[in-house]
Amino acid sequence: MAATPLLELRGIDKSFGPVQVLHDVGLDVYPGEVTALVGDNGAGKSTLVKCISGIYTIDSGTVTFEGKQVSIHSPREASALGIEVVYQDLALCDNLDIVQNMFLGREKKSGIILDEATMEEMAGETLRSLSVRTVKSLRQLVASLSGGQRQTVAIAKAVLWNSRVVILDEPTAALGVAQTAQVLELVRRLADNGLGVVLISHNMNDVFAVSDRIAALYLGRMAAQVKAADVTHSQVVELITGGRSGNLGLPPEKPSEFIDITPGDGQ
Amino acid sequence: MTTTTTTTAGGIQAVKPTVGSYVRDYWGKVRGGDLGSLPAVLGLLVLVAIFGIARSDTFLSAFNFANLFNQSAQVVFIAMGLVFVLLLGEIDLSAGFASGVCGAVMAILLTNEGLPWYVAIPAALLTGVVIGLVLGSLVAKLGIPSFVVTLAAFLAFQGVLLLLLSDGKNISITDEFVLALNKSNMSVTWSWIVTLVAVAGYALAQFNRYRSRIKRGLIADPIGIVLARVIGLAVLLIAGTYILTQERSINPVINSLKGVPIVVPIIAVFLVFWTFVLGRTTYGRHVYAVGGNAEAARRAGISVDRIRISVFVIGSFMAAIGGILVVSRASSVDPNTGGSNILLYSVGAAVIGGTSLFGGKGKVIHAVIGGAVIAVIDNGMGLMGYKSGTRFIVTGLILLAAASVDALARRRASATGS
Ligand SMILES: Nc1ncnc2c1ncn2[C@@H]1O[C@H](COP(=O)(O)OP(=O)(O)OP(=O)(O)O)[C@@H](O)[C@H]1O
Ligand SMILES: [Mg+2]
Repeated sequence: MAATPLLELRGIDKSFGPVQVLHDVGLDVYPGEVTALVGDNGAGKSTLVKCISGIYTIDSGTVTFEGKQVSIHSPREASALGIEVVYQDLALCDNLDIVQNMFLGREKKSGIILDEATMEEMAGETLRSLSVRTVKSLRQLVASLSGGQRQTVAIAKAVLWNSRVVILDEPTAALGVAQTAQVLELVRRLADNGLGVVLISHNMNDVFAVSDRIAALYLGRMAAQVKAADVTHSQVVELITGGRSGNLGLPPEKPSEFIDITPGDGQ
Repeated sequence: MTTTTTTTAGGIQAVKPTVGSYVRDYWGKVRGGDLGSLPAVLGLLVLVAIFGIARSDTFLSAFNFANLFNQSAQVVFIAMGLVFVLLLGEIDLSAGFASGVCGAVMAILLTNEGLPWYVAIPAALLTGVVIGLVLGSLVAKLGIPSFVVTLAAFLAFQGVLLLLLSDGKNISITDEFVLALNKSNMSVTWSWIVTLVAVAGYALAQFNRYRSRIKRGLIADPIGIVLARVIGLAVLLIAGTYILTQERSINPVINSLKGVPIVVPIIAVFLVFWTFVLGRTTYGRHVYAVGGNAEAARRAGISVDRIRISVFVIGSFMAAIGGILVVSRASSVDPNTGGSNILLYSVGAAVIGGTSLFGGKGKVIHAVIGGAVIAVIDNGMGLMGYKSGTRFIVTGLILLAAASVDALARRRASATGS
């Protein structure tokens, strides 16, 4: 597909105090494609996402968005660029309705009064463009929605703003089979609409079902970024668990750097 | 049962609402645990019926009806402010004495300093704002639980009030303007003008909203419901005005007493204003959001700290108005102004009216409805000759019942929800 990435990360380092969580991480996100970001628990996936979205500031490295180098210091700046994140723990308010949630923090106004009609129209159009037809009313409280519907609202909220890159952190983790399929279909549709999509998931079936590329993080390093069509399930599992699979992945000496953290080893 | 579907915003299919489906939806919400102020309204009707039958001569007199508004004004104002604080799941235990302190500031400026009301009243309001800023900052910036901050303030303000009154001496006020606020009535003509303007304003707002939603192809409440609302409010206000414009003096020749108490439109103005702020402005939306899920609000770019401070400011500001009104009614301020049961009645009013103690759910009207329930119990039981001990116990039990409804609704909602 498209030759130039929408979002390019190079050499990202991130430490929390003495603990370095990300080492020299690179990642390319292409428009119209789903890039799966995989890795074991604690590999640094969520941390990487928070670096992109401006919740954390990176220690070093470059972020290039649409060919221009940018630095993102807050979620607002990320949104302004067109980068939206759907977080692992849903960021919805149960006591607000679908429209109110979708526009939270970015309400449309006429004068000082909230422009409910315009917001309702835009929310409806966005949901329809995602072929969502399962909600009873746009004015339903989010508390009364199913897990899949809530995830749908969270995703719709992210694409409402002409966003270019949407990052989804484990969007199907808490869902049943049917709802997972529904959300994955939605994820695919985002990419088909031309967005650059990053999907974090632990489920290999989900990853292979929707993604074009797979990026595997291993202990805070980018082990490999490959086309989904070029690898098998088991290769990806090896990349996740060992950082390497055949000639793919980190060179053998790299992981051994970590050995010195075990007491009694080293000099 | 026929249901017509229609296409709404952006082509989403939806069921076209009818009066029947609207009522069914409402009933469904009630059964799902979202009762709003329904229990309070029903309770109010039952209480009025009981006291009306038991003491028809006194309780149902126009004199007593007018009296209820003046009596409950302080609690209603403090409760309106507390709704904002409760919406964030916080509490302000100092609101009662804060209103006493603000009332004392006004009385001192009026009586001791001889300043006019237009200096004394703003000074009292400013005192409320400053108190709110301090309390809110301690909660939001230092992260001290509001329960502790305001409990400390409760004690401290009690002391401040004592010191302001030079160890407990009453200060009387004679300023005509201030005394009129919670003692006098509007003339009969003005009473009717204000009532009709209020009804017309409400009708206009309702129909405008209906028309503009229909024009944009959005789903609106069925016209039958809109009409019912307008007619309901009109009947209520006109009946109330009719009663209050009757002569209620025992000896009208010497001292005629009729007209709607001035405090009624004062309450109404603040009720409408804060309802507008909560329902129609970004600020109000953000208050609900922070109360519902502070983390989600933060990620949406809302300044959670600012919202948190602001609700305490509104709370103490409204308490200051409550203080002004109670001083107006008593013509004086004493060390217990805003003390004893005032704060608990105010929290009770908000909660009985339907505002949740868990945050995220509540309306300003709840303070008024709940305040009416408390005022009716207090007044009605007093007229029936019950001792104040019994009245406290009954009010306590009703508050407990309201809090239980709130807690059960929450459990029910989380069971039927996700
Ligand atoms: N704020 C923080 N301070 C210190 N260490 C942190 C912080 N956030 C994350 N870490 C550490 O960084 C590492 C990577 O965490 P991260 O949450 O990015 O993993 P993840 O790949 O998203 O895992 P999971 O699949 O479980 O969500 C973990 O070892 C974690 O303990
Ligand atoms: Mg994670």
